Amino acid sequence: MSDVLARVKKIVVEHLDVEEDKVTESASFIDDLGADSLDNVELVMAFEEEFDIEIPDDAAEHIQTVGAAVKFISEKTG
Amino acid sequence: MFSLEGKTALVTGATGGIGGAIARTLHAQGATVTISGTRQEKLDELKAELGERVHAIACNLDDGEAVDALPKQAAEAMGGLDILVANAGITKDGLLMRMKDEDWQQVLKINLESYFRLSRAALRGMMKARHGRIIGITSVVGVMGNPGQANYCASKAGMIGFTKSLAQEVAARGVTANCVAPGFIASPMTDALNDQQREAILSKIPANDLGSGEDIAAAVAYLASDEAHYVTGQTLHVNGGMAMI
Ligand SMILES: NC(=O)c1ccc[n+]([C@@H]2O[C@H](COP(=O)([O-])OP(=O)(O)OC[C@H]3O[C@@H](n4cnc5c(N)ncnc54)[C@H](OP(=O)(O)O)[C@@H]3O)[C@@H](O)[C@H]2O)c1
Repeated sequence: MSDVLARVKKIVVEHLDVEEDKVTESASFIDDLGADSLDNVELVMAFEEEFDIEIPDDAAEHIQTVGAAVKFISEKTG
Repeated sequence: MFSLEGKTALVTGATGGIGGAIARTLHAQGATVTISGTRQEKLDELKAELGERVHAIACNLDDGEAVDALPKQAAEAMGGLDILVANAGITKDGLLMRMKDEDWQQVLKINLESYFRLSRAALRGMMKARHGRIIGITSVVGVMGNPGQANYCASKAGMIGFTKSLAQEVAARGVTANCVAPGFIASPMTDALNDQQREAILSKIPANDLGSGEDIAAAVAYLASDEAHYVTGQTLHVNGGMAMI
């Protein structure tokens, strides 16, 4: 498992208070993990902090799944 | 009741009459406070008076970047930020037909824009902590209007609308946002009124007296307390009955 995926998972598990095995790459924050729109904003901010990157609003809109987050962050930090 | 033991608070405009009273009251209720303003010697005075559990950070609210940074600096100094009191405010009065662009912009910037910047910066930690209190000091004239104060009234009404939106966005996270709206509060400015002017003002106030900074501070302390967790998006009017809204 990539380092980014592990760190993203950890944040999602902590923030949304969900079981780790539910946090698969295809899991949607809202549809599968019970997040609301505010959670999404908070997750994006948590990713920004954890990886020391900036995620612009138009990119944040597309980060709806764990995989999408990992992909975006990997590209940014890659 | 209404203990603020273990809580941390940032009060802007603490070098002024009402802000000083708010800082003293929150401190007396047990909170650690960060006082802010531009006049360093006033900050030092109040810091010395309060003794322990107090930090002073000078900040000019005219400087957007400095405003953005203030809540974080306060949180670092105090080990957290539970309560934000946006109290600093200015007036630049004049009839609308003669109002200068700068007088409009300056009042909106100090009174309203800084409230937005401070709240945005303070929210990050509050959302994480699942607890927070944002309190804006507005004014009765933000609801009633007042000739010669179109800019000031717009800024104070803006604070109320802003607070209601913010309150809805963050209510599910244990963060509340409310306003306190003072009426006529005794200050060096009201001390300078002559008897006739004073009479004219008092005739509009059923309580037949001006309010004090402590009256406002008590309302702030209530809204800041754990007991007020179910009160959000409200404006608490403290005005001796001059406007019943
Ligand atoms: N007094 C009343 O009757 C009354 C009625 C309704 C509402 N209010 C509201 O209550 C609040 C406090 O009023 P007050 O009567 O205590 O007024 P005040 O004594 O004039 O205090 C105003 C405070 O705002 C601060 N401030 C002004 N411009 C600033 C800037 N550019 N940067 C940082 N701080 C700045 C001042 O700090 P420095 O001097 O250190 O710069 C001062 O501490 C205001 O929002 C006011 O609109 C007052």
